[in-house]
Amino acid sequence: MEKNKTDYNRRAFLKSTFLAGGGMMISFSGLAKLSLEDKINPADLPADWHELTGYIKITSDNIIKIFNPNPEFGQNVMTSLPMIVAEELDVDWKKVVVEMGHHDNVKFGPQFAGGSNSVRMYWKPLRDAGAAARNMLLTAASQTWNVPVEELTTKAGMIYHEKSGKSGTYGEFASKAAGVSIPKEVKLKDVKNFTVVRNSQKNVEGVKIVTGKPLFGLDYTQEGTLIAMIQHPPAFGMKVKSFDASEILKMPGIKDVFTLKLYEDGFEQAGFDTRTFNDLLVVVGNTTWQVMNARKKLKVSWEPKGDTKDTMAGRNGKREVIVPGALESTATHFAKMKEYAAKPAQLLRKDGDPETAFKNAAKVLERTYNAPFLAHNCMEPMNCFAHVTDDKALIVGPHQAAGWIEPTLSKVLNLPADKIDMQITRMGGGFGLRAYGHTFVEAALISRKVKAPVKLVYTREDDMTYGIYRPIYTATYRAAFDANKNLIAFHVKGGGIPEHPIHANRFPAGAVDNYLAEGWEIPSNITIGAFRAPRSNFNAAAEQSFLDEVAEAMGKDPIEFRLELLKRAKENPVGKNNEYDADRYAEVLKLVKEKSGWGSATNKQYSRGVAAYFCHNSYAAHVVDIIKKDGQPFVERVTSAVDCGIVINPDAAVNMVQGCVVDGIGNALYGELTFKEGVPEKNNFTRYRMIRHREAPKKIDVHFVQNEINPTGLGEPPFPPIFAAVANALYKSEKKRFYNQPFSNDLQKKS
Amino acid sequence: MPVISLNVNGKTVSVDADPATPVLWVLREHLNLVGTKYGCGVAQCGTCTIHLNGNAVRSCQLPVSAVGKNAITTIEGLSENGDHPVQKAWIEQDVAQCGYCQTGQIMTATALLKSNPNPTDAQIEASMSGNICRCGTYLRIKEAIKTAAKQM
Repeated sequence: MEKNKTDYNRRAFLKSTFLAGGGMMISFSGLAKLSLEDKINPADLPADWHELTGYIKITSDNIIKIFNPNPEFGQNVMTSLPMIVAEELDVDWKKVVVEMGHHDNVKFGPQFAGGSNSVRMYWKPLRDAGAAARNMLLTAASQTWNVPVEELTTKAGMIYHEKSGKSGTYGEFASKAAGVSIPKEVKLKDVKNFTVVRNSQKNVEGVKIVTGKPLFGLDYTQEGTLIAMIQHPPAFGMKVKSFDASEILKMPGIKDVFTLKLYEDGFEQAGFDTRTFNDLLVVVGNTTWQVMNARKKLKVSWEPKGDTKDTMAGRNGKREVIVPGALESTATHFAKMKEYAAKPAQLLRKDGDPETAFKNAAKVLERTYNAPFLAHNCMEPMNCFAHVTDDKALIVGPHQAAGWIEPTLSKVLNLPADKIDMQITRMGGGFGLRAYGHTFVEAALISRKVKAPVKLVYTREDDMTYGIYRPIYTATYRAAFDANKNLIAFHVKGGGIPEHPIHANRFPAGAVDNYLAEGWEIPSNITIGAFRAPRSNFNAAAEQSFLDEVAEAMGKDPIEFRLELLKRAKENPVGKNNEYDADRYAEVLKLVKEKSGWGSATNKQYSRGVAAYFCHNSYAAHVVDIIKKDGQPFVERVTSAVDCGIVINPDAAVNMVQGCVVDGIGNALYGELTFKEGVPEKNNFTRYRMIRHREAPKKIDVHFVQNEINPTGLGEPPFPPIFAAVANALYKSEKKRFYNQPFSNDLQKKS
Repeated sequence: MPVISLNVNGKTVSVDADPATPVLWVLREHLNLVGTKYGCGVAQCGTCTIHLNGNAVRSCQLPVSAVGKNAITTIEGLSENGDHPVQKAWIEQDVAQCGYCQTGQIMTATALLKSNPNPTDAQIEASMSGNICRCGTYLRIKEAIKTAAKQM
């Protein structure tokens, strides 16, 4: 049985208080999760970080309420995080009421939905909170009944004393328990005895979703709310020169038209303060339709903004970054990337003597992979409500990281953080885009300017053409073989606009004696941001396609070949800092091999491709089965194997993996944003092709490695390898390799 | 602006709006029925799907002036308490991830089942391909439609 300490240097992670009207409330500190990483000493943190967040409430009439501490964007944390509390608290899940916790202050710590980290970072503190509350309830019962606490048991929110036959609900003891001191140490349940966690529970907001309740940012409003839209330049690298609003100010409902600066000159941007356009041309009116129409008639002249300067805040002080002003096109992007790929690059990792190995190789295989900019296309376009007055601000909207945007709002509005009330709504998708805060700052500034509550609405066109895209990437892979077809060296050189994609310490690093990883970057005014499994989503696509070709060149089965490399990485690893666990990596490959019937004659009607990847602390492998439908290759079936440690909510986890598979197939086949003279060539779903219902596989079988390892990420890890599994299956189907995403472009060329 | 009379979810309501306003925005901003979602504004994503006399239509492309006496049903009017068989099937299959597109998906699915109570997989795929789900819940949507078909 695991034992956890509930304090650190005498500062408690947990706190208990009496509920008005009877009952108890357990709160826990955001820094409990920091101790999980052991990288930050909680004692070094400011005292006010010890403010308590995310809590359990048990009323005297036995209503048990658990608050979800982290933002929800479809990853199921609103259900799965409270499940963890309920497990250790030992209550009947069906009777638990779940509510969204507060996200209104940076003091609460990094409440962040992203990096597939929600469950991982809350696993321990939520278990501790539930176990501590149960422990205190037991103490209260033992005092009331005057029996030893060791003789008490709990089940589904009831306390029992078998010897005397006494029993009572948690609610009966909640008020007394609130006065019991927090236990110094709590005993956690054995994973094998879980009754809530590892059992499928329905989405707690399911009924609200299917009945259309106002859950999302765009649904939020208040009496007197005005609608605002920003007319951003038609091209990256442009800015507003002048505008004439005289005509639209006469249109019904239009209140104001003005320009605003997002950040003042020299503003130190934090990592997620990415801006694409700084001069905001704003139209404000009564209704969305009125503002939409007025904006179309707004007369604006635009001009190139030339090179600009961003001031970036950083741990080692601020630094200045020059953003080039030239209007960029996809054709010139590719030409420039070719030029950079031929130049010397930044060394990221080197093992052995790759130069000599390549020089002496009997054979070298070299392949280059490309992938375009991608728009996130969350179904709910970007938006935010703000009501800012002289002394306070109310901000309501969909955001992945309230704790990150609040300091920015505080600086921009010149208001202390505790005067900013921040409410995070359910998000209609995020995929990384909603970690960035510009819409929140824009809404706040507009509200302050017009002195009214304002809802900033991005149309789909605004959303798709604003920037913060997945970058355009390229990578050239080389493999060297000796005369006996043994792999003796591996080289990857990758670049992108404006960042390179390479994770230098991932597989096959550690498995090849001579290894070289290099990266290069080209600056751009097209802004980029996190996109479901950043960089991994390209790396996996390229590397896992290349390994398929390497296996073929060696005359080996692609799964056996990977397993051989992993065996080497485990038994005699090359180099240092290998990020992955070779055993867990091998396990998902073995599981997908077994479950897909890899190599079995019964599957010979399929063109099959396999790929695996490690990212966000988890492991995923897929086998993609393609058939021909109307003469075109079609992904009919996918078998997936995932190791994310303990699976909290199995059916929801299956849903997440299936979603990653569908999303990945869609982006691999169709996802693409191109540019001409700075103008994005797609601005809505008329031209930006999203995977549709009829294009999704008929079947996606999901299997989890069963273990008792503390849970790791799930929202991202199954996404990257599906790209390569599709590419490798397409090779079998079309008898040619697919190197350039989206693959549908090459398929169309062929037909 | 003229006052326009509408039949929404079985009730007669009056709205004061520009006749060209799409029904989507009338529902969301004049009538506070926000279950009908804005996704693209050009009838490509299906999040704004409502029923007009029982048929699925994209409310972002339907001017309020064109509705006349035709009956509008929104997700809020599909059932009193979310107990329409399609809504129940959505819960049973635990379809939603982010959930934003699901009201539109449900309205399209309900109209499909009304005209075709036992659709084949191919018919479901054809009918549902106008509704985008970025989270990729298509397989569960199909299962939920089949579950609902058995209950209806």
